[in-house]
Amino acid sequence: MRWGVITFPGSCDDHDVFDSLKSELGQKVKFLWHKDEFAGNFDCVVLPGGFSYGDYLRCGAMARFSPVMRGLMKFAQSGGRVLGVCNGFQILCESGLLPGALVRNAGLQFVCQQVHLRVEETDTPFTGGLKKGQLLRLPVKHGEGCYYADPKTLEGLRKNRQILLRYVDAKGKPTASANPNGSLDNIAGVCNQARNVFGLMPHPEDACSQLLGGDDGAKIFKSIAAACAGKARPHA
Amino acid sequence: MRVKIFISLKNGVLDPQGKAIERSLHTLGFDEVQDVRAGKYLELAVDAPSRPAAEARVREMCDKLLANTVIEDYRFELSDGD
Repeated sequence: MRWGVITFPGSCDDHDVFDSLKSELGQKVKFLWHKDEFAGNFDCVVLPGGFSYGDYLRCGAMARFSPVMRGLMKFAQSGGRVLGVCNGFQILCESGLLPGALVRNAGLQFVCQQVHLRVEETDTPFTGGLKKGQLLRLPVKHGEGCYYADPKTLEGLRKNRQILLRYVDAKGKPTASANPNGSLDNIAGVCNQARNVFGLMPHPEDACSQLLGGDDGAKIFKSIAAACAGKARPHA
Repeated sequence: MRVKIFISLKNGVLDPQGKAIERSLHTLGFDEVQDVRAGKYLELAVDAPSRPAAEARVREMCDKLLANTVIEDYRFELSDGD
């Protein structure tokens, strides 16, 4: 399968994603530059973490108007799989591909730590290889990862089962102390209604090797690869 | 025309900056302070044939880029001059 990783000015996890996919998972990966038109036949495109456009105005606000995003929007709207991590999640929310928004962490501090996550839904390409209720351990590193959605949107997310990951404690309970940033309802990751676009604050690309402290992140990438192997590639 | 744009978080959206500022003000003895909300302020100049035309353009700018209406409200003031 073919992966694309978009580099925006200020992206800093693009190489982490590239290397994890290529070296750890043996995948074909190509970088996409933000100024280029979106071109290529991809099975999944990743918007990586970082500080695109210096986080000016709001995180992700400017990146959504990059030339590459026009084609990416079409790719996503025609069923192409898109994964946004951290700043990538913020960009997907800003662009309207995902509901809600990410605001300043409730504690005001940048958080950099390992978190436990509970898999809430498995009928998506991103979580298809996981079990409902399974716990994952992934790192977070962000200053603006507090997920917010208005009550009506939140109700829709629950009804359509779009909340894929929640912050939980080691026992799997979504407690306030397990929530690193004050996210509403302990939400760590959501997908769109069509279930082909997924955004999350934790970093699966930084947890693809036991040598780096864990490989739970690889389980998400492997789910995507398995889903893509089972289905015809959408046209870019 | 000169434009002043005020962007603030919607009611209901957590504003930890506002809360921290409020606590600091209390620490400094400004006990009468409450409901601090932190926001953004932008100034810009626009070329427009009329005031309504300028308003329509500024509203479009706010909706598209300057504010995220999922979490923010905005208002603006126009004044004549360069």
